[in-house]
Amino acid sequence: MSKHLLILGGGTAGTIMANNLRRRLPASEWSMTVVDRSEKHLYQPGLLFLPFGKYEESEIIRQTRDFIPGGVEFIQAEVDQIIPEDHAVTIKDGRTLKYDLLIVATGCRTAPEETAGMLGPKWRVNVHDFYTLDGARALRETLKTFSGGRVVVHINEMPIKCPVAPLEFTFLADSFFREQGIRDKVTLTYVTPLSGAFTKPKSSKKLGHLLGDKGIELVTEFVAEKVDQENNKLVCFDGREVPYDLLVTIPTNMGDTTVRRSALGDDLDFIATQKHTLQSVEYKDVFVIGDATNLPASKAGSVAHFESETLADNILRYIAGQPLKEEFDGHSNCFIESGNGKALLIDFNYEYEPHEGPFPFAFGPMRLLEESRVNHWGKLAFRHIYWNVLLRGLPLPGISRQKKKPAEA
Amino acid sequence: MKKTIAGTEVDVNEEGYLTDASQWNEAIAAAIATEEGIGALTDAHMKVVRYLREQQAKGAALTIRSMGKSGVVTTKELYDLFPGGPLKKSSKIAGIPKPVGCI
Repeated sequence: MSKHLLILGGGTAGTIMANNLRRRLPASEWSMTVVDRSEKHLYQPGLLFLPFGKYEESEIIRQTRDFIPGGVEFIQAEVDQIIPEDHAVTIKDGRTLKYDLLIVATGCRTAPEETAGMLGPKWRVNVHDFYTLDGARALRETLKTFSGGRVVVHINEMPIKCPVAPLEFTFLADSFFREQGIRDKVTLTYVTPLSGAFTKPKSSKKLGHLLGDKGIELVTEFVAEKVDQENNKLVCFDGREVPYDLLVTIPTNMGDTTVRRSALGDDLDFIATQKHTLQSVEYKDVFVIGDATNLPASKAGSVAHFESETLADNILRYIAGQPLKEEFDGHSNCFIESGNGKALLIDFNYEYEPHEGPFPFAFGPMRLLEESRVNHWGKLAFRHIYWNVLLRGLPLPGISRQKKKPAEA
Repeated sequence: MKKTIAGTEVDVNEEGYLTDASQWNEAIAAAIATEEGIGALTDAHMKVVRYLREQQAKGAALTIRSMGKSGVVTTKELYDLFPGGPLKKSSKIAGIPKPVGCI
Protein backbone atom coordinates (compact mmCIF):
# COMPACT_ATOMS: atom_id res chain seq x y z
CA MET A 1 0.00 0.00 0.00
CA SER A 2 1.28 3.46 -0.84
CA LYS A 3 2.28 5.92 1.83
CA HIS A 4 0.79 9.33 2.39
CA LEU A 5 2.54 12.70 2.58
CA LEU A 6 0.26 15.38 3.99
CA ILE A 7 1.02 19.09 3.63
CA LEU A 8 -0.95 21.56 5.75
CA GLY A 9 -1.05 24.95 4.06
CA GLY A 10 -1.14 25.85 0.37
CA GLY A 11 0.68 29.16 0.68
CA THR A 12 4.20 29.84 -0.49
CA ALA A 13 5.97 27.11 1.50
CA GLY A 14 3.32 24.41 1.11
CA THR A 15 2.97 24.96 -2.64
CA ILE A 16 6.73 24.85 -3.21
CA MET A 17 6.98 21.61 -1.22
CA ALA A 18 4.12 20.01 -3.14
CA ASN A 19 5.78 20.81 -6.47
CA ASN A 20 9.28 19.87 -5.41
CA LEU A 21 8.35 16.56 -3.78
CA ARG A 22 5.84 15.42 -6.40
CA ARG A 23 8.72 15.45 -8.88
CA ARG A 24 10.94 13.45 -6.55
CA LEU A 25 8.63 10.94 -4.86
CA PRO A 26 7.39 8.02 -7.02
CA ALA A 27 3.61 8.26 -7.42
CA SER A 28 3.35 4.49 -7.00
CA GLU A 29 4.83 4.72 -3.50
CA TRP A 30 3.61 8.07 -2.20
CA SER A 31 0.27 9.81 -2.46
CA MET A 32 0.25 13.50 -1.58
CA THR A 33 -2.38 15.89 -0.26
CA VAL A 34 -2.40 19.64 0.38
CA VAL A 35 -5.02 21.12 2.70
CA ASP A 36 -5.76 24.84 2.89
CA ARG A 37 -8.78 26.82 4.01
CA SER A 38 -8.50 29.17 1.04
CA GLU A 39 -8.90 28.54 -2.66
CA LYS A 40 -7.06 31.78 -3.40
CA HIS A 41 -3.29 32.17 -3.40
CA LEU A 42 -2.21 35.67 -2.46
CA TYR A 43 1.12 37.15 -3.53
CA GLN A 44 1.77 38.68 -0.14
CA PRO A 45 4.52 41.16 -1.12
CA GLY A 46 1.83 42.82 -3.25
CA LEU A 47 -0.02 43.91 -0.09
CA LEU A 48 2.69 46.52 0.43
CA PHE A 49 1.79 48.23 -2.86
CA LEU A 50 -1.97 47.69 -2.90
CA PRO A 51 -2.81 50.56 -0.48
CA PHE A 52 -1.02 53.01 -2.79
CA GLY A 53 -2.95 51.82 -5.83
CA LYS A 54 0.22 50.44 -7.42
CA TYR A 55 -1.13 46.93 -7.98
CA GLU A 56 -4.50 45.66 -9.10
CA GLU A 57 -5.88 42.77 -7.07
CA SER A 58 -5.88 40.61 -10.21
CA GLU A 59 -2.08 40.87 -10.30
CA ILE A 60 -1.61 39.46 -6.82
CA ILE A 61 -4.36 36.82 -6.49
CA ARG A 62 -4.47 33.47 -8.25
CA GLN A 63 -6.28 30.17 -7.76
CA THR A 64 -4.44 27.91 -5.30
CA ARG A 65 -5.34 24.83 -7.37
CA ASP A 66 -3.51 26.22 -10.41
CA PHE A 67 -0.21 25.89 -8.55
CA ILE A 68 -0.77 22.45 -7.03
CA PRO A 69 0.79 19.92 -9.41
CA GLY A 70 -1.00 16.96 -10.98
CA GLY A 71 -0.84 13.90 -8.76
CA VAL A 72 -1.43 15.93 -5.61
CA GLU A 73 -4.91 16.12 -4.12
CA PHE A 74 -6.03 19.56 -2.95
CA ILE A 75 -8.61 19.75 -0.18
CA GLN A 76 -10.10 23.14 0.55
CA ALA A 77 -10.98 22.88 4.21
CA GLU A 78 -10.17 24.25 7.64
CA VAL A 79 -7.79 22.02 9.55
CA ASP A 80 -9.07 21.34 13.03
CA GLN A 81 -6.29 19.54 14.87
CA ILE A 82 -2.98 17.85 14.32
CA ILE A 83 -2.72 14.70 16.44
CA PRO A 84 0.91 13.62 16.11
CA GLU A 85 0.54 10.63 18.44
CA ASP A 86 -1.98 9.14 16.00
CA HIS A 87 -0.18 10.41 12.87
CA ALA A 88 -3.46 12.04 11.97
CA VAL A 89 -5.03 15.40 11.18
CA THR A 90 -8.71 16.16 11.64
CA ILE A 91 -10.40 18.59 9.33
CA LYS A 92 -13.53 20.56 10.01
CA ASP A 93 -15.69 18.69 7.54
CA GLY A 94 -15.37 15.75 9.93
CA ARG A 95 -12.76 13.75 8.07
CA THR A 96 -9.57 12.38 9.58
CA LEU A 97 -6.50 12.25 7.36
CA LYS A 98 -3.75 9.80 8.31
CA TYR A 99 -0.18 10.51 7.31
CA ASP A 100 3.16 8.80 7.13
CA LEU A 101 4.87 12.17 6.85
CA LEU A 102 3.48 15.57 7.75
CA ILE A 103 4.71 18.97 6.57
CA VAL A 104 3.24 21.87 8.53
CA ALA A 105 3.25 25.03 6.40
CA THR A 106 0.40 26.85 8.08
CA GLY A 107 2.13 30.24 8.12
CA CYS A 108 1.28 33.04 10.47
CA ARG A 109 -1.57 35.48 10.93
CA THR A 110 -2.13 38.92 12.37
CA ALA A 111 -3.76 39.01 15.79
CA PRO A 112 -5.09 42.55 16.41
CA GLU A 113 -7.18 41.17 19.29
CA GLU A 114 -3.93 40.83 21.28
CA THR A 115 -3.72 44.60 21.85
CA ALA A 116 -6.29 46.39 23.97
CA GLY A 117 -8.42 48.80 21.98
CA MET A 118 -7.04 47.92 18.57
CA LEU A 119 -10.27 46.34 17.34
CA GLY A 120 -12.44 49.25 18.50
CA PRO A 121 -15.05 51.02 16.36
CA LYS A 122 -12.40 52.84 14.32
CA TRP A 123 -10.67 49.63 13.19
CA ARG A 124 -10.29 50.03 9.43
CA VAL A 125 -11.62 53.59 9.69
CA ASN A 126 -8.48 55.37 10.86
CA VAL A 127 -6.76 52.36 12.47
CA HIS A 128 -5.51 50.17 9.65
CA ASP A 129 -3.41 47.12 8.90
CA PHE A 130 -2.01 46.11 5.51
CA TYR A 131 -0.87 42.52 6.22
CA THR A 132 -4.28 41.18 5.19
CA LEU A 133 -6.09 41.63 1.88
CA ASP A 134 -9.12 43.21 3.57
CA GLY A 135 -6.84 45.52 5.54
CA ALA A 136 -4.86 46.61 2.50
CA ARG A 137 -8.10 47.29 0.60
CA ALA A 138 -9.55 49.39 3.42
CA LEU A 139 -6.31 51.36 3.73
CA ARG A 140 -6.32 52.00 -0.03
CA GLU A 141 -9.78 53.57 0.29
CA THR A 142 -8.69 55.70 3.26
CA LEU A 143 -5.56 56.92 1.46
CA LYS A 144 -7.59 57.94 -1.60
CA THR A 145 -9.22 60.74 0.37
CA PHE A 146 -6.57 61.42 3.02
CA SER A 147 -5.77 65.11 2.93
CA GLY A 148 -3.13 65.41 5.66
CA GLY A 149 -2.37 64.90 9.34
CA ARG A 150 -0.33 62.65 11.60
CA VAL A 151 0.41 59.30 9.99
CA VAL A 152 1.88 56.74 12.38
CA VAL A 153 3.32 53.41 11.23
CA HIS A 154 3.49 51.04 14.19
CA ILE A 155 4.99 47.61 14.87
CA ASN A 156 3.23 46.08 17.84
CA GLU A 157 5.74 43.38 18.71
CA MET A 158 8.36 41.12 17.19
CA PRO A 159 8.61 38.74 15.43
CA ILE A 160 6.54 39.77 12.41
CA LYS A 161 6.26 38.43 8.90
CA CYS A 162 8.46 40.32 6.44
CA PRO A 163 10.15 42.44 9.13
CA VAL A 164 11.16 45.22 6.73
CA ALA A 165 7.67 45.76 5.30
CA PRO A 166 6.67 48.43 7.87
CA LEU A 167 9.76 50.45 7.01
CA GLU A 168 9.08 50.02 3.29
CA PHE A 169 5.51 51.12 3.86
CA THR A 170 6.78 54.26 5.58
CA PHE A 171 9.16 55.08 2.71
CA LEU A 172 6.45 54.44 0.11
CA ALA A 173 4.02 56.61 2.09
CA ASP A 174 6.56 59.45 2.00
CA SER A 175 6.76 59.10 -1.81
CA PHE A 176 2.99 58.72 -2.13
CA PHE A 177 2.24 61.90 -0.20
CA ARG A 178 4.84 63.77 -2.28
CA GLU A 179 3.17 62.55 -5.48
CA GLN A 180 -0.18 63.68 -4.08
CA GLY A 181 1.32 67.10 -3.37
CA ILE A 182 0.42 66.93 0.33
CA ARG A 183 3.72 65.85 1.94
CA ASP A 184 3.95 69.24 3.72
CA LYS A 185 0.57 68.54 5.34
CA VAL A 186 1.63 65.12 6.65
CA THR A 187 3.86 64.12 9.55
CA LEU A 188 5.22 60.58 9.35
CA THR A 189 6.20 58.70 12.51
CA TYR A 190 7.67 55.21 12.77
CA VAL A 191 7.02 53.47 16.10
CA THR A 192 8.94 50.30 16.99
CA PRO A 193 9.40 48.09 20.06
CA LEU A 194 13.06 47.68 19.10
CA SER A 195 15.90 50.08 19.84
CA GLY A 196 15.80 51.59 16.35
CA ALA A 197 14.52 51.26 12.79
CA PHE A 198 17.91 49.73 12.04
CA THR A 199 19.31 47.53 14.80
CA LYS A 200 22.29 45.89 13.07
CA PRO A 201 25.56 47.87 12.91
CA LYS A 202 26.18 47.70 9.12
CA SER A 203 22.58 48.54 8.16
CA SER A 204 22.42 51.25 10.76
CA LYS A 205 25.62 52.89 9.52
CA LYS A 206 24.70 52.60 5.85
CA LEU A 207 20.96 53.35 6.00
CA GLY A 208 20.42 55.24 9.24
CA HIS A 209 20.26 58.54 7.36
CA LEU A 210 17.20 57.50 5.31
CA LEU A 211 14.64 58.35 7.99
CA GLY A 212 16.04 61.81 8.64
CA ASP A 213 16.42 62.52 4.91
CA LYS A 214 12.75 61.77 4.39
CA GLY A 215 11.59 63.68 7.45
CA ILE A 216 10.36 60.58 9.27
CA GLU A 217 10.21 60.78 13.04
CA LEU A 218 11.32 57.72 15.02
CA VAL A 219 9.89 56.45 18.33
CA THR A 220 11.74 53.45 19.81
CA GLU A 221 11.37 50.96 22.68
CA PHE A 222 7.63 51.49 22.46
CA VAL A 223 5.43 48.60 23.56
CA ALA A 224 1.79 49.54 23.19
CA GLU A 225 -0.35 48.99 26.25
CA LYS A 226 -3.39 50.04 24.25
CA VAL A 227 -4.78 51.87 21.29
CA ASP A 228 -6.90 54.71 22.64
CA GLN A 229 -9.33 55.06 19.74
CA GLU A 230 -11.43 57.67 21.47
CA ASN A 231 -8.51 60.09 21.66
CA ASN A 232 -6.64 58.77 18.60
CA LYS A 233 -3.42 57.85 20.33
CA LEU A 234 -1.13 54.94 21.02
CA VAL A 235 -0.25 54.51 24.68
CA CYS A 236 2.98 52.84 25.82
CA PHE A 237 3.38 50.85 29.05
CA ASP A 238 5.69 53.58 30.35
CA GLY A 239 3.06 56.27 29.79
CA ARG A 240 4.39 57.73 26.53
CA GLU A 241 1.70 58.63 24.00
CA VAL A 242 1.83 58.93 20.23
CA PRO A 243 -1.15 60.77 18.73
CA TYR A 244 -2.30 59.91 15.21
CA ASP A 245 -4.86 60.86 12.63
CA LEU A 246 -4.13 57.72 10.63
CA LEU A 247 -2.60 54.70 12.36
CA VAL A 248 -1.13 51.94 10.20
CA THR A 249 -0.31 49.13 12.58
CA ILE A 250 1.32 45.75 12.20
CA PRO A 251 -0.58 43.79 14.85
CA THR A 252 1.05 40.97 16.79
CA ASN A 253 1.83 38.07 14.46
CA MET A 254 0.99 34.56 15.63
CA GLY A 255 1.00 31.07 14.19
CA ASP A 256 -2.16 29.56 12.75
CA THR A 257 -5.09 28.79 15.04
CA THR A 258 -4.67 25.10 14.11
CA VAL A 259 -1.39 25.14 16.03
CA ARG A 260 -3.14 26.52 19.11
CA ARG A 261 -5.92 23.91 18.88
CA SER A 262 -3.29 21.21 18.59
CA ALA A 263 -1.19 22.63 21.47
CA LEU A 264 1.92 22.35 19.32
CA GLY A 265 3.29 25.88 19.61
CA ASP A 266 4.92 28.38 21.95
CA ASP A 267 3.06 31.35 23.43
CA LEU A 268 2.84 32.90 19.93
CA ASP A 269 1.75 29.55 18.40
CA PHE A 270 5.02 29.01 16.55
CA ILE A 271 6.24 25.42 16.37
CA ALA A 272 9.55 24.28 17.88
CA THR A 273 11.67 23.33 14.86
CA GLN A 274 15.27 22.13 14.47
CA LYS A 275 16.98 25.18 13.03
CA HIS A 276 19.27 23.36 10.56
CA THR A 277 17.12 20.35 9.51
CA LEU A 278 13.51 21.68 9.73
CA GLN A 279 12.33 18.59 11.55
CA SER A 280 9.93 19.16 14.43
CA VAL A 281 11.73 19.09 17.78
CA GLU A 282 9.08 16.79 19.23
CA TYR A 283 7.96 14.48 16.43
CA LYS A 284 10.27 12.77 13.95
CA ASP A 285 7.64 12.34 11.21
CA VAL A 286 6.61 16.01 11.35
CA PHE A 287 8.51 18.73 9.48
CA VAL A 288 7.83 22.45 9.66
CA ILE A 289 8.56 25.14 7.08
CA GLY A 290 8.04 28.85 6.50
CA ASP A 291 6.36 31.28 8.86
CA ALA A 292 4.99 28.47 11.06
CA THR A 293 8.39 27.67 12.62
CA ASN A 294 9.94 29.24 15.69
CA LEU A 295 13.31 29.62 13.93
CA PRO A 296 15.33 32.80 14.50
CA ALA A 297 15.15 33.46 10.74
CA SER A 298 12.96 36.04 9.03
CA LYS A 299 9.38 35.08 8.26
CA ALA A 300 9.58 35.65 4.52
CA GLY A 301 8.99 33.97 1.17
CA SER A 302 12.68 33.83 0.32
CA VAL A 303 13.34 31.98 3.57
CA ALA A 304 10.56 29.48 2.80
CA HIS A 305 12.13 28.97 -0.63
CA PHE A 306 15.63 28.35 0.74
CA GLU A 307 14.21 26.10 3.46
CA SER A 308 12.26 24.10 0.88
CA GLU A 309 15.42 22.91 -0.86
CA THR A 310 16.92 21.59 2.38
CA LEU A 311 13.59 20.19 3.55
CA ALA A 312 12.95 18.29 0.29
CA ASP A 313 16.40 16.67 0.54
CA ASN A 314 15.79 15.84 4.18
CA ILE A 315 12.40 14.26 3.47
CA LEU A 316 14.06 11.94 0.94
CA ARG A 317 16.78 11.15 3.46
CA TYR A 318 14.24 10.49 6.19
CA ILE A 319 12.35 8.10 3.91
CA ALA A 320 15.62 6.32 3.05
CA GLY A 321 16.52 6.05 6.73
CA GLN A 322 19.56 8.30 6.36
CA PRO A 323 20.65 11.03 8.79
CA LEU A 324 19.22 14.47 8.02
CA LYS A 325 21.38 17.27 6.58
CA GLU A 326 22.17 20.00 9.12
CA GLU A 327 22.10 22.44 6.27
CA PHE A 328 19.67 25.33 6.58
CA ASP A 329 21.62 28.42 7.63
CA GLY A 330 18.82 30.97 8.07
CA HIS A 331 19.43 32.40 4.60
CA SER A 332 17.15 35.30 3.79
CA ASN A 333 17.13 37.65 0.86
CA CYS A 334 14.83 40.57 0.33
CA PHE A 335 14.24 43.76 -1.52
CA ILE A 336 13.42 46.84 0.54
CA GLU A 337 11.48 49.54 -1.26
CA SER A 338 12.98 52.87 -0.26
CA GLY A 339 10.60 55.11 -2.21
CA ASN A 340 11.07 57.32 -5.30
CA GLY A 341 11.40 54.29 -7.58
CA LYS A 342 14.39 52.90 -5.72
CA ALA A 343 15.00 49.89 -3.56
CA LEU A 344 17.63 48.22 -1.42
CA LEU A 345 18.53 44.56 -1.40
CA ILE A 346 19.70 42.62 1.63
CA ASP A 347 21.10 39.10 2.03
CA PHE A 348 21.85 37.55 5.42
CA ASN A 349 21.60 34.39 7.54
CA TYR A 350 21.83 33.18 11.14
CA GLU A 351 25.51 34.10 11.19
CA TYR A 352 26.06 37.11 8.92
CA GLU A 353 24.19 40.40 9.21
CA PRO A 354 23.21 42.25 5.99
CA HIS A 355 26.37 43.52 4.28
CA GLU A 356 27.57 45.26 1.11
CA GLY A 357 28.69 43.60 -2.14
CA PRO A 358 27.52 42.50 -5.61
CA PHE A 359 24.49 40.19 -6.03
CA PRO A 360 23.73 37.51 -7.15
CA PHE A 361 26.91 37.13 -9.22
CA ALA A 362 30.42 38.50 -8.71
CA PHE A 363 29.64 41.26 -11.26
CA GLY A 364 26.19 42.07 -9.89
CA PRO A 365 24.08 43.37 -11.55
CA MET A 366 22.56 44.29 -8.21
CA ARG A 367 24.40 45.73 -5.20
CA LEU A 368 23.58 44.76 -1.64
CA LEU A 369 22.68 47.34 1.01
CA GLU A 370 22.59 50.18 -1.53
CA GLU A 371 19.67 52.14 -2.92
CA SER A 372 19.23 51.76 -6.67
CA ARG A 373 16.66 51.70 -9.47
CA VAL A 374 17.91 48.26 -10.55
CA ASN A 375 16.90 46.86 -7.17
CA HIS A 376 13.44 48.39 -7.53
CA TRP A 377 13.03 46.79 -10.97
CA GLY A 378 14.20 43.54 -9.36
CA LYS A 379 11.42 43.84 -6.79
CA LEU A 380 8.78 44.42 -9.47
CA ALA A 381 10.12 41.58 -11.66
CA PHE A 382 10.03 39.27 -8.68
CA ARG A 383 6.25 38.95 -8.90
CA HIS A 384 6.63 37.10 -12.20
CA ILE A 385 9.43 34.96 -10.80
CA TYR A 386 7.20 34.13 -7.84
CA TRP A 387 4.30 32.81 -9.92
CA ASN A 388 6.40 31.08 -12.58
CA VAL A 389 9.56 29.83 -10.88
CA LEU A 390 9.46 30.02 -7.11
CA LEU A 391 6.05 28.40 -6.48
CA ARG A 392 6.96 25.63 -8.95
CA GLY A 393 9.80 24.69 -6.62
CA LEU A 394 12.47 25.50 -9.20
CA PRO A 395 15.88 26.92 -8.27
CA LEU A 396 16.59 30.63 -8.73
CA PRO A 397 19.60 31.26 -11.01
CA GLY A 398 22.70 32.33 -9.08
CA ILE A 399 20.94 32.22 -5.71
CA SER A 400 21.87 29.22 -3.60
CA ARG A 401 20.00 27.86 -0.60
CA GLN A 402 22.97 28.59 1.63
CA LYS A 403 24.22 32.13 1.84
CA LYS A 404 27.48 32.95 0.10
CA LYS A 405 30.03 34.14 2.61
CA PRO A 406 30.45 37.93 2.51
CA ALA A 407 33.72 39.07 0.91
CA GLU A 408 34.93 40.85 4.02
CA ALA A 409 34.27 37.90 6.34
CA MET B 1 36.80 44.13 21.19
CA LYS B 2 38.03 43.91 24.79
CA LYS B 3 36.77 46.05 27.64
CA THR B 4 37.51 46.00 31.33
CA ILE B 5 34.32 46.12 33.37
CA ALA B 6 34.42 45.94 37.17
CA GLY B 7 38.04 44.78 37.02
CA THR B 8 37.37 41.91 34.60
CA GLU B 9 38.43 41.92 30.95
CA VAL B 10 35.50 40.84 28.78
CA ASP B 11 34.65 40.67 25.06
CA VAL B 12 32.05 43.19 23.93
CA ASN B 13 30.58 44.37 20.62
CA GLU B 14 30.63 47.99 19.43
CA GLU B 15 27.57 48.82 21.54
CA GLY B 16 29.08 47.37 24.70
CA TYR B 17 27.05 44.13 24.83
CA LEU B 18 28.97 41.11 26.09
CA THR B 19 29.60 38.67 23.25
CA ASP B 20 30.32 35.74 25.57
CA ALA B 21 27.65 35.34 28.25
CA SER B 22 29.94 33.06 30.27
CA GLN B 23 32.26 36.00 31.09
CA TRP B 24 29.43 37.68 33.02
CA ASN B 25 29.26 38.09 36.78
CA GLU B 26 27.17 40.18 39.17
CA ALA B 27 29.83 42.86 39.59
CA ILE B 28 29.82 43.34 35.79
CA ALA B 29 26.03 43.60 35.86
CA ALA B 30 26.22 46.28 38.55
CA ALA B 31 28.82 48.28 36.60
CA ILE B 32 26.79 48.20 33.36
CA ALA B 33 23.66 49.18 35.29
CA THR B 34 25.44 52.26 36.61
CA GLU B 35 26.67 53.10 33.09
CA GLU B 36 23.11 52.79 31.76
CA GLY B 37 21.73 55.06 34.45
CA ILE B 38 19.74 52.30 36.17
CA GLY B 39 21.56 52.74 39.49
CA ALA B 40 21.88 50.04 42.14
CA LEU B 41 20.41 46.68 41.15
CA THR B 42 17.68 45.44 43.46
CA ASP B 43 16.38 41.89 43.88
CA ALA B 44 13.64 42.75 41.38
CA HIS B 45 16.24 43.74 38.78
CA MET B 46 18.26 40.59 39.44
CA LYS B 47 15.20 38.36 39.06
CA VAL B 48 14.75 39.72 35.54
CA VAL B 49 18.45 39.45 34.77
CA ARG B 50 18.63 35.82 35.88
CA TYR B 51 15.47 34.96 33.94
CA LEU B 52 16.93 36.51 30.80
CA ARG B 53 20.14 34.53 31.19
CA GLU B 54 18.23 31.28 31.69
CA GLN B 55 16.09 31.89 28.59
CA GLN B 56 19.12 32.86 26.55
CA ALA B 57 20.93 29.66 27.62
CA LYS B 58 17.90 27.69 26.41
CA GLY B 59 18.04 29.42 23.03
CA ALA B 60 14.59 30.99 23.46
CA ALA B 61 13.78 34.26 21.70
CA LEU B 62 13.48 37.15 24.14
CA THR B 63 10.43 39.28 23.66
CA ILE B 64 8.54 41.67 25.87
CA ARG B 65 5.61 39.27 25.60
CA SER B 66 7.56 36.27 26.89
CA MET B 67 8.86 38.40 29.76
CA GLY B 68 5.38 39.67 30.59
CA LYS B 69 3.95 36.16 30.57
CA SER B 70 6.85 34.62 32.50
CA GLY B 71 5.39 35.54 35.87
CA VAL B 72 8.77 37.10 36.73
CA VAL B 73 7.72 40.66 35.91
CA THR B 74 4.87 42.50 34.17
CA THR B 75 5.56 44.70 31.16
CA LYS B 76 4.80 47.79 33.20
CA GLU B 77 7.21 46.74 35.96
CA LEU B 78 9.83 46.05 33.31
CA TYR B 79 9.60 49.67 32.15
CA ASP B 80 9.75 50.84 35.78
CA LEU B 81 12.88 48.77 36.45
CA PHE B 82 14.67 49.61 33.21
CA PRO B 83 13.30 52.98 32.10
CA GLY B 84 13.87 54.00 28.49
CA GLY B 85 14.70 50.56 27.19
CA PRO B 86 13.30 47.56 29.01
CA LEU B 87 14.73 44.80 26.82
CA LYS B 88 17.74 46.71 25.52
CA LYS B 89 19.05 47.69 28.95
CA SER B 90 18.09 44.50 30.78
CA SER B 91 19.81 42.32 28.17
CA LYS B 92 22.95 44.47 28.30
CA ILE B 93 23.07 44.15 32.08
CA ALA B 94 22.42 40.39 31.79
CA GLY B 95 25.41 40.01 29.49
CA ILE B 96 23.40 38.65 26.56
CA PRO B 97 22.86 40.02 23.00
CA LYS B 98 20.46 42.88 22.33
CA PRO B 99 17.16 41.86 20.68
CA VAL B 100 17.41 42.94 17.04
CA GLY B 101 15.45 43.08 13.82
CA CYS B 102 16.83 41.76 10.55
CA ILE B 103 18.51 45.03 9.53
